[in-house]
Amino acid sequence: MSARIDARFKALAGEGRAGLVTFITSGDPDYETSLALLKALPKAGADLIELGVPFTDPMADGPAIQASSQRALKGGQTLKKTLAMVRAFRAGDNATPIVLMGYYNPIYIYGVERFLKDANAAGVDGLIVVDLPPEEDEELCLPALKAGIAFIRLATPTTDDHRLPAVLANTSGFVYYVSVTGITGSAIPDTSRVIAAVTRIKRHTKLPVAVGFGVKSASDARAIATASDAVVVGSALVEAVRQTLDKDGRTSAKTVKAVTDLVASLAEGVRSARRVAAE
Amino acid sequence: MTARPNSLRLGPDAHGHFGIYGGRFVAETLMPLVLELERAYAEARNDPAFKAEMESYQKHYVGRPSPLYFAKRLTDHLQGAKIYLKREELNHTGSHKLNNVLGQIMLARRMGKKRIIAETGAGMHGVATATMCANFGLDCVVYMGAVDVERQKANVFRMKLLGAEVRPVNSGSKTLKDAMNEALRDWVTNVDNTFYCIGTVAGPHPYPAMVRDFQSVIGKETREQMNAAEGRLPDSLVACIGGGSNAMGLFHPFLDEPSIEMYGVEAAGHGLSSGLHAASIAGGRPGVLHGNRTYLLMDDDGQIKDAHSISAGLDYPGIGPEHSWLHDMKRVQFLSATDDEALKAFQLLSTLEGIIPALEPAHAIAKVVDLAPKKPKDHLMVINLSGRGDKDVYTVAEHLGGKL
Repeated sequence: MSARIDARFKALAGEGRAGLVTFITSGDPDYETSLALLKALPKAGADLIELGVPFTDPMADGPAIQASSQRALKGGQTLKKTLAMVRAFRAGDNATPIVLMGYYNPIYIYGVERFLKDANAAGVDGLIVVDLPPEEDEELCLPALKAGIAFIRLATPTTDDHRLPAVLANTSGFVYYVSVTGITGSAIPDTSRVIAAVTRIKRHTKLPVAVGFGVKSASDARAIATASDAVVVGSALVEAVRQTLDKDGRTSAKTVKAVTDLVASLAEGVRSARRVAAE
Repeated sequence: MTARPNSLRLGPDAHGHFGIYGGRFVAETLMPLVLELERAYAEARNDPAFKAEMESYQKHYVGRPSPLYFAKRLTDHLQGAKIYLKREELNHTGSHKLNNVLGQIMLARRMGKKRIIAETGAGMHGVATATMCANFGLDCVVYMGAVDVERQKANVFRMKLLGAEVRPVNSGSKTLKDAMNEALRDWVTNVDNTFYCIGTVAGPHPYPAMVRDFQSVIGKETREQMNAAEGRLPDSLVACIGGGSNAMGLFHPFLDEPSIEMYGVEAAGHGLSSGLHAASIAGGRPGVLHGNRTYLLMDDDGQIKDAHSISAGLDYPGIGPEHSWLHDMKRVQFLSATDDEALKAFQLLSTLEGIIPALEPAHAIAKVVDLAPKKPKDHLMVINLSGRGDKDVYTVAEHLGGKL
């Protein structure tokens, strides 16, 4: 559906390696730092970017991403500013896919039609909206597909074979496999379970499968990269942001570098993995 | 807005929608659980054995039916409508909450779930859940905002005494909304063994309809009792609204009686114009939170605003989706009462009737003080006295200072 997402996964397949998907919360801890970080991610080794849209009530997120959302909101971030940030990023990078990830209410209040138009113009490639299961596809998923924006669905350990076709039906871009039942930042499961899950999903779809929730280190990333088409890292990155802030929560000179250093090491982990997953 | 259907009692549709409200806005991890719950509830509600067991517990454990009491001194004082109190505060655990919890915990047992989680504001739903869990020997974890833990210490102690674990929630505004977020995070993590017992007519389908069904015993009894007392149905119904379960329980059996007026009373906190209130209908707009679309307090970016009320049980920035629908349909009129009005009504009922109400129904009484004098003497008005005020005496004493 989205040309940039498809092109990137095709290129990754050509290189014979998994991709690294990095999540940061837009506006964390402020707009300028967050934009600088966003611009620095591809060079540090991010293949795709998930940009979190902060929400007051992130019901599926753990403490690290909750805190990053609160920092961003405190810094004045809005959905409008998130789109502006994507537009600013696109001025210098027309290849790295950007997927917005968040909850439905800010989009609903922005107005679905207006949002899709503005997101397209800004250069957004896909959406992950945590609280929109296939049962609510008419809300945003179908209009997004019509507008040419990929709608990336989460598949979870509770998504059984009976339910998987419904989850995959209107999914495009890639499938995001949430490797544990739980909130973001939970512990990663063992690799054999991830391999089994990815293999199961691939029986139902030709889309690439990205795996996330709980990847914290280069060795975690390497392990997950052996079993998937892409590794998603989020909580560890926003936690790296937090660790560089001063006592008033303001950014420091170290913020961007701390995150890009971690991304570089995760990218090394991903690139050093030997693929074992069934294609 | 869609045309009004022939009956207002048939909702929601198969997808859990009341008009544009309701729905199932939950993470994929929870979706199979929500569907499983829907199936299990559909089976249980058609099972005569389930119904019989529930009725037995209602009678011998909860203490139902609750009386419909003619409040003579309040009626004489206000010099208008003849006022009846539906005495839900006399139920075991002191509020209407046990009606719903009994149904959900019986369902949880049927589904083989051994661990129960709940959110609570004032603590009444938490106490009710801890009570049924003690009675059935189930593990119980209650999430409660840290602010509410502080202002409702007595209920925290009750829950612990009943064997429940109370987990204070320190995120966000540290009140009911955040307790619900945390309960959802627990449920998404412990999908195999855990049943989420939601305390009000909100959340993803089937909760709004299921909780309403369990609470409808209030309205069904009121029908029979008013017929017995006066030989006819009431003319108006008044109930306070946080999420709206006591109101929905009273209103639902009467929705298709067009002549009966219904008033839902939201918490206006420091006043609607202050911005510090919990009146989602009066001061909010439709949005999506906690699994359903409904009226919510929010800013222009769709960020949820903190609610403010002296009553922890009304301190929630949303309302059940069926209420939103009934509001748009103009079937229920939504009013609001401030903290000060509720405090006055709290004292009024205590001194006139010898009944100390919870701060939540004190909001309903506050509006009856306005409504009743405008009605003729043969107008039959029912207030849902949804809880007793023991839990609130410290809060009230603090607000009244030396004035008490």
